[in-house]
Amino acid sequence: MSALFYLLLAIGTAFNGLGAFALMRFPDVYTRIHGATKCTTFGSIFSILAVVAYGFYKGGGEGGTLALHALLALFFLLITNPTGSHALARAAHRAGVKPVGAVVDRLEEKK
Amino acid sequence: MRKWGAWAASAVFIYIVYLILTLWTGKLGLWSPGELIAGAVIAVLGAIPLAEVVWKRGDARLLQPHRWILFIFYLIGPFFLSMARANFDVAYRVITGKIKPGIVRFQPHLKTDFARTLLANSITLTPGTLTVDVDDDTGEFYVHWIYVRNPDPRPEEVCGPFPAWARRIAE
Repeated sequence: MSALFYLLLAIGTAFNGLGAFALMRFPDVYTRIHGATKCTTFGSIFSILAVVAYGFYKGGGEGGTLALHALLALFFLLITNPTGSHALARAAHRAGVKPVGAVVDRLEEKK
Repeated sequence: MRKWGAWAASAVFIYIVYLILTLWTGKLGLWSPGELIAGAVIAVLGAIPLAEVVWKRGDARLLQPHRWILFIFYLIGPFFLSMARANFDVAYRVITGKIKPGIVRFQPHLKTDFARTLLANSITLTPGTLTVDVDDDTGEFYVHWIYVRNPDPRPEEVCGPFPAWARRIAE
């Protein structure tokens, strides 16, 4: 059973590490948002799922509370994370940051 | 009347979240009386701004329970699948550095605020695509795409089955 927890944690850590790596590797703010917010969200989902699985395995009032709270955290992570990264991207574009190496920019044409 | 309905629905939602957070605090029942009262006060007060902002265009349709079941099915089924697939795609691009970024525009023909929010959040959560702006009047989406395959794409090319699901759940 603990093998499952470690597997979930390993997947989560791998994707979080990849997100940090993307932050150094990509050229501009938009592509970095891709790496830094999406890969880490996917990683965090697996980390939280490990906590949920552990909570249900432990059982009882304490474990059940832990699992429920973790599930609630996952729910709000899924709502707030895209909202935050969208706000970052929109603010960057309004401030006049051009996407580096873009083949097409329809939002610039609209203005 | 409609305003009171929006307020009541928001208050119930906040109360449920609060009750989940404070589960098993009581000695005999599931909740202690203090938590029940505090939760009710927070729900009543918190629902006032929520009803003003979130339910502005009155989407009472979202209260139909079969839409919640569809939403949960969508989250663990098609959404998680395409998210996982896109994650491996972006992982490949992080390692090799093969990117061709750009901001594309498409028209998914969604009318309600909730459908647009659901689609925009789904697009942003999927790696490789990022909603930069949504035109409030026309409903056009401006999406930053990490590997532009087509400068004038159809909605399906950018985000797969998401527009159809957003329509099914929220319209």
